[in-house]
Amino acid sequence: MTKYLLILLLCVSTLPARAALDAAQVRQLTAEDSSDKVAAIRQLTQTADPDAVRVLKAMAEDSLFLAGDKAVIIDGDKAFDAASGAPIKMPANPESPTVNNRIRGELASALAALKLFDADATVRLASAQKLQSQVTPEMAPLLARALDKETDAQIKALLTLAHAQANLANTDPAARLAAVKALAATSSPTIKSVLLPLTEKAGEPDDKVRYEAIAAVKAIDSRLAIAENIGRAFSGLSLGSILLLGALGLAITYGVMGIINMAHGELLMVGAYATYGMQTLFRAYLPEAIDWYLPAAIPVAFFSAALVGVVMERTVIRWLYGRTLETLLATWGLSLVLIQSARVLFGAQNVEVANPTWMSGGIEVMPNLMLPWNRIIIIGFAMFVLALVWLLMNKTRLGMFVRAVTQNRPMAGCVGVPTSRIDTMAFALGAGIAGLGGVALSQISNVGPDMGQGYIVDSFMVVVVGGVGQLAGAVWAALGLGIFSKLLEGWAGAVIAKISILVCIIIFIQKRPQGIFALKGRFVE
Amino acid sequence: MHKPLTLRILSSLDGKSWAALGAFLALALLVVPVLNLGTAEDSAFHISAYAITLIGKIMCYALVAIAMDLIWGYGGILSLGHGLFFALGGYAFGMYLMRQIGRDGSYGADIPDFMVFLDWKEIPWFWSGSDSFGWVALLVVLVPALVAFVFGYFAFRSRIKGVYFSIITQALTYAAMLLFFRNETGFGGNNGFTDFKRVLGHTITSPETRLVLFGLTALFLAATLIFAAWLVKSKFGRVLTAIRDAESRVMFIGYNPLWYKLTIWVISAVICGIAGALYVPQVGIINPSEMSPANSIEIAIWVAVGGRGTLIGPIIGAFVVNLAKSWFTVSFPEYWLFFLGLLFIVVTLMLPQGLVGLWKKLQEKNASRKGTAA
Repeated sequence: MTKYLLILLLCVSTLPARAALDAAQVRQLTAEDSSDKVAAIRQLTQTADPDAVRVLKAMAEDSLFLAGDKAVIIDGDKAFDAASGAPIKMPANPESPTVNNRIRGELASALAALKLFDADATVRLASAQKLQSQVTPEMAPLLARALDKETDAQIKALLTLAHAQANLANTDPAARLAAVKALAATSSPTIKSVLLPLTEKAGEPDDKVRYEAIAAVKAIDSRLAIAENIGRAFSGLSLGSILLLGALGLAITYGVMGIINMAHGELLMVGAYATYGMQTLFRAYLPEAIDWYLPAAIPVAFFSAALVGVVMERTVIRWLYGRTLETLLATWGLSLVLIQSARVLFGAQNVEVANPTWMSGGIEVMPNLMLPWNRIIIIGFAMFVLALVWLLMNKTRLGMFVRAVTQNRPMAGCVGVPTSRIDTMAFALGAGIAGLGGVALSQISNVGPDMGQGYIVDSFMVVVVGGVGQLAGAVWAALGLGIFSKLLEGWAGAVIAKISILVCIIIFIQKRPQGIFALKGRFVE
Repeated sequence: MHKPLTLRILSSLDGKSWAALGAFLALALLVVPVLNLGTAEDSAFHISAYAITLIGKIMCYALVAIAMDLIWGYGGILSLGHGLFFALGGYAFGMYLMRQIGRDGSYGADIPDFMVFLDWKEIPWFWSGSDSFGWVALLVVLVPALVAFVFGYFAFRSRIKGVYFSIITQALTYAAMLLFFRNETGFGGNNGFTDFKRVLGHTITSPETRLVLFGLTALFLAATLIFAAWLVKSKFGRVLTAIRDAESRVMFIGYNPLWYKLTIWVISAVICGIAGALYVPQVGIINPSEMSPANSIEIAIWVAVGGRGTLIGPIIGAFVVNLAKSWFTVSFPEYWLFFLGLLFIVVTLMLPQGLVGLWKKLQEKNASRKGTAA
């Protein structure tokens, strides 16, 4: 910083022809009284002079001193006249002015405002963005001048807003009216709160301006509400894609084998812990490639969950075909064993799974609407898995066998489909998809032994609503339930939303007991 | 079929069973009080207060197990939401117990402590009358019955059955749990009801009150058993079993399964509610975790362990599983879930008829061996 300053000073000192600052104003910077200093800082800021930047910077760095009746800048063993920037003899006993926190704050915003006149457009843009939240009425002339000089359209738009905000306190009603009109086109909560005082008689004596302000607040409100609802729909979409990942696996296992797998949520947990395991491995052995642990976790999670699924199917489930209620109880027992195993292996506490750096942050669509990357990626991931499952079920031999067994098990067996092996494969596939769901879930929620329990009821609701063994049904039901429940949550709170959704499902089943996409035919029962 | 009702009830159990029931009641109403109050604490025959509370609690569970058996074992409908009816009965009676605290709560107010905490000024409308024992006793029966009727009517009318029904009942109790967790619902939120002081004016923790509650539970258990035995042997019970085994055929004969299913469903819910009401004063607390899906599914395993489709099975199951639970959670808390999980798996895989079925099988084997020997 000192180096930068030095270069700046050298430049200035080589150009003595430049107009110097008002010496009295600069002298006032070192005054006794804080209010005098603040006034001086503000006046210097108004000049928008590069020299003012130099002086204020020196003050912020504690190198501005008072020597006799002159303000001087002392840098190491050199001294300069503060107003003109000309080198002078080192004064005998310079006095340092007190720079308290109030002055420091004032200096910081003054320097930020002066950056609006920087030669570099990116610096100006950053400064204009920063200014949006801290506009004061005194800045109006400064902003007007910056607006005059500005050529970049984006910065110009920002400055117009800031200028309008600063102008709201203008004594001229016409200027205020113009400012309100300019602000009505925005959609940010901060500007709304700036406009609010103007909607009351106490805050705004002029009727015309007040009505305009009321209209502006209304316009901003409606735009905010739209953004909020879009945000809700988006988080509903991402909840829906998580539900979809959970329900796809269930739809396959329930559709093919007619069994309800209560341990399905725990297969999600297996996938999430597999992700955690990959993260730990990468941290230990490949710390430079840590961002890649997530793609690496996808196959690991799929196969570990599928393996657990195969073991479950071979040891327990295959002995219970045709006894669905018993399968339900046995798989519940399996889920308890899996939960307790996770507790014993990884501890009862939640483990920490970090987002890779490329998943943090988001796209800002509107000032109060941010679409986080991790949710966008999860939606994309769910689509990818859906496409994969669709291809597998409709374009491969395995998929054809699975569909054959779903439709008519004895007939499929008669024409040579190895039904028992298909059962195992289908169950492993369903379990593997649950594992993939676990990878996605690990990125947006806690990873712990009980994590699967929260999703199991919802996943079943998706299967119930969507209809058995139907991919399309599962997709529509998952997205519908996700978006519907998030929208309801915004209006009525999470608990009421959950209860009303349950009631809706019960009513829905009255009308369509087989789900949205019912299988037609004699084997429906 | 012109036998009087009392005779029909008498003939619903055989002589041996009546004798066993009489022995059980004598034990619960005479021997246990004497051994609890009349012996010194260090005597080998002394029954501790802890044991009485534990057995009393398990008897309440046994009631729930019978209720579950009626709907699952005889009706073929697996409910994963019976914890809800149990908790509703418990909450209804808990309201009365909360009102009995009077001004002895930590805030010394006329309304229960948690309402003071919520800054409520007076009792909300759904609490009105909760200081009257009679009204609350009615609520214990009516609330579970009403919830069960409304839910069951819609569910059975649209012929939801099998796993679909099970899943929906699970969602039902889950939603209710979330509802009761909210403070604004007006039932104490997370903490539920606790710190009871009196019941009908008697101190709730006194040994005498405890014994009376214990005796009442035993009496009600015996009465429920007799009622259930009569019910499943009546014409109603036979149609119900027929619906379980072949619903379509029963419909073709001309019965409407809806009302049979609904009746047994409501009866089952009411028994659960009463069990909950007996449970709360003995255990001294009721909170929303009683409605958690895991609790409700555990009820099914009691019945499965004992043997469904029999009446003594659920009682045996409730005792075996819960005694094992209190032993495990004290000695090996780590392994309880493993044990419970394996129990679910082993019972469904190896013992579809439960312990009672195993016993019968062993007896048959013995008999046939004797038969071949002779």
